[in-house]
Amino acid sequence: MSEPKYQLLSVLVENKAGVLARVASLFARRGYNIASLAVAPTDDVRFSRITVVVDVESAPLEQVTKQLNKLINVIKISELDPQDSVERELMLLTVKAEPARRHQIIELADVYGGRIEDVGFDELTISLSDAPDRLDDLAELLAPYEIVSMQRTGRVALPKLERNPAGAKAQLRSA
Amino acid sequence: MSEYGPPEAGTRIDGGRALIHALELEGTEVIFGLPGGAILPVYDPIIDSPIRHILVRHEQGAGHMAEGYAHATGRPGVAMVTSGPAATNIVTPLCDAYMDSVPMVVITGQVPYGSIGTDAFQECDTVGITRSVTKHNELVTSAQDIPRIIREAFHIATTGRPGPVLVDIPKDIVDPRNPNSAMDWYWPTDDEVSAGLPGYKPTLKGHPRKIREAVDLMARSTRPVLYIGGGILKARAAGAVKELAELTGIPVVTTLMARGAFPDSHELCLGMPGMHGNYTAITAMQEADLLIALGSRFDDRVTGKLDGFAPEAKIIHVDIDPAELGKVRRPDVPIVGDCRLVIEEMVRLVTEAGGLAAQPDRSAWRQQISGWQERFPLTYVQSEPGQLLKPQYVLEQLRDLSPEDTIVASGVGQHQMWTSQYWHFNHPYTWINSGGLGTMGFSIPAAIGAKVGMPDRTVWAVDGDGCFQMTAQELVTASTERIPVKIALLNNAYLGMVRQWQEMFYEERYSEVYLSPDLPDYVKWAEAMGCMALRVESPEEVAPAIEKANEVNDRPVVLEFRTDASEMVFPMVPSGKTNSEVVTGPAES
Repeated sequence: MSEPKYQLLSVLVENKAGVLARVASLFARRGYNIASLAVAPTDDVRFSRITVVVDVESAPLEQVTKQLNKLINVIKISELDPQDSVERELMLLTVKAEPARRHQIIELADVYGGRIEDVGFDELTISLSDAPDRLDDLAELLAPYEIVSMQRTGRVALPKLERNPAGAKAQLRSA
Repeated sequence: MSEYGPPEAGTRIDGGRALIHALELEGTEVIFGLPGGAILPVYDPIIDSPIRHILVRHEQGAGHMAEGYAHATGRPGVAMVTSGPAATNIVTPLCDAYMDSVPMVVITGQVPYGSIGTDAFQECDTVGITRSVTKHNELVTSAQDIPRIIREAFHIATTGRPGPVLVDIPKDIVDPRNPNSAMDWYWPTDDEVSAGLPGYKPTLKGHPRKIREAVDLMARSTRPVLYIGGGILKARAAGAVKELAELTGIPVVTTLMARGAFPDSHELCLGMPGMHGNYTAITAMQEADLLIALGSRFDDRVTGKLDGFAPEAKIIHVDIDPAELGKVRRPDVPIVGDCRLVIEEMVRLVTEAGGLAAQPDRSAWRQQISGWQERFPLTYVQSEPGQLLKPQYVLEQLRDLSPEDTIVASGVGQHQMWTSQYWHFNHPYTWINSGGLGTMGFSIPAAIGAKVGMPDRTVWAVDGDGCFQMTAQELVTASTERIPVKIALLNNAYLGMVRQWQEMFYEERYSEVYLSPDLPDYVKWAEAMGCMALRVESPEEVAPAIEKANEVNDRPVVLEFRTDASEMVFPMVPSGKTNSEVVTGPAES
C-alpha cells in the first residue's frame, strides 16, 4: 500500500459556538478525510486556529480549501508545506516500568527531551512535545516496554520565518 | 396611537417585535409560514405589521413558496415556521434552495434557550440538521443580537452566490413576558454588518488579465459555444449575455436553470443541453473547440459521462463561487466574479478589438449547427382519435394560448423535461423549477410564491400526478388567500420518469410506479380545495379548456389532462453514456 498523502492546513476561524462543527461536517459532507485536527483560540480572542491534516488522496486540496473558504466563519486558510513550517505535537504516554527497568525508560525519555510527568509503582507517564516524527520515534522505542496508554493532540503548525533580509515573500501560500 | 414603524434607536422593545421590524426594514413584503408553540410570540406582532403573511398548510409549502417568490422577483423569499417538526419539514426547501442558489431567509422557532439540549417538546437540533443545506445558519442566543443577525442573514442570502440562510430563534428571547426578550432597538449600518462578517467577502470583479485571456481565446475559436447557467439569472446578466452573443456571433445553450436567460426565439439560441436536451445543443457542446461557461457548473446532467464530455473544448469558466472552478472540469481560463460585471467587461474588450467584424469566420460552424437543427428537431407523434393525449401536444397548446410572459413553474419528472423542451422561453425569470435537488411537488407552492411576487402575470404550474399528490394541499392556501395560480396536471397515472427508466433500462419490469388515473379523482379534489377544475381527455378539448382557465382570475384552476403513459422523453443521453451517444427517439432506444 502506498503512503497516504497528507497536507497541512492552518484555518483561521471566528471563535464562535459551532464553528468546529461546521468545519467537521463540511469534511464529512464532501467526503474528505481528516488525519488529525487541533483547535484553540489565538492571541486575538475573536479568532481560533484550526490546524488540520487532510488526506489529499480523498479529495484534491484545492477543492477542500475552496469549500472551507465558503464557510462564513472561516477567515483565512493557509496551506503549510511541512518543509517550510514549524510543526509541533504533544504526546502523553504511559508505559510499563517495573522498578528494575525504570531508569532505562527515563534515559530514553531524556534523549528525546521528554518529561516524566507521573511515576507509579510499575508505570511511568512521559510527555513529549516535538515534531510529530520525533513523537513517533519515541513511541516506537518504548513499545517493547509495553505502552499502557497514549494520547496525542494532533499537530499544530506555523510557517517558518523568513531569514533572508531581502525578505522574499513568506512561504505562507494563502489559499 | 403613534404611526406604525420601527422605533427610535435605544427604545426598549422585545425580541419578537425587533424581529418583525428587522424583516420590515429588509423590505420583506410577504412571509410564508405556519405558527406553532415556539414561534408563537413572533406571530403576535405580525398582526400590526404591514407584512403580508400567507398561512400555508404544510411547512414544505412555505419553503417552496419563498423559493418561487425569489425565483420570480429576484428578491429574497422569507418563510417562518416553528421548531421541531416544522423545522424538519422545511429542510427539503432549504436543500432545494441551496442546490439552485435561491436567496431565501428562513426563521425557525426554537425551545427556550435554557431548555436546549433537554429533549424538550418539539425540540430538534435545527442548526445541526440544516448546516449542510444552508449557505449559513445561526442560533440566536440573545434578543439584543436579533437585528444584526437578521441583517446579516439577508446580506449573506442575497450577495455572492445566493442561497438559503436559516435563523433559529429560542422562544424566551422573543416572548415579551420573559425578561430575556428585552432589548434596546438598533439597526446596524452596512459597515457594521461587514465588520461582523470578517470571513465573508465575495469577489465581484473578475481579474482583468484573465478576462483579456478569455476574450483572446474567443477571438481564436472557430467552434465556440456560450454555455450559460442559472448564475446568469442570479447576476441579472441576461442583457449582458445577449450583448456578448450578438457582438461575437457565438451560439448559446441555456441549461435547465437558465431557460429564459437567453431568448429561445433568438437565432443564436440552441436551447437546452444535457440528458434531455435537444440534439443540437448537446452536440454543439460536444463538438465545440471552446466552451464559455457563464454561471453554469458542469452538472452531471449536462456533461453526461465526464471523461467523454466536450473532448476538444478549451474551457473559460466564469463563476462567483471559486469552488465551482475546477470542481468538475479544469478550466483553461478560470474567472471568479459576478457574471454581469465580467460579461460587461468582455463586451467592452470585444468591442474595443473591433466587434463582430474582428471575430474569425465561423460560417462552417454555423452551417454545421443549422444542419443538426434541421435534421434533429424535437418530434412526437400526435395521438389517434380516442387515444390518450400526448403531453407534448398539451404543452404546445398551453404555450401558444397563454400570454407571452407567462411564468411557468414545474414539478420534477417527465413533465418538467417536456415543459423545458416545448415552451418557448423568451424572457428571463419566466421558468421556475427544481433543477439541482429535483424535488417532486415543487411546482404548486413555487407557482403560488411566484404569483404572490408577480400578481399581474399569468402563472401556470405544470405538474405530474405523482408530484401533485405531494403538495396539492397548498391549493387550499391559494384559494383562501385568493392567489389565482393555474395548474396543468399531466396525469399519466404513473411515476412517469421512473417508468421510462424501467422501460429502457430494466427490461420493462415496472416496479412500484403505477398510480391510477382516477384514484384520487383530481377534479373533485381540486374542487374541494376551492379551485375551478376540468378534466380534459381528447385533443379537441385541450384548447377550449386552456382558454377557459386563462380567463379565470379569482381562484386557482386545475386542468387535469389524461396523458399517454407510454410516451417517453427524448432525446436522452442514457445515464453513464457520453453525450455523443444521445438517443433521439424511441426507435433507437
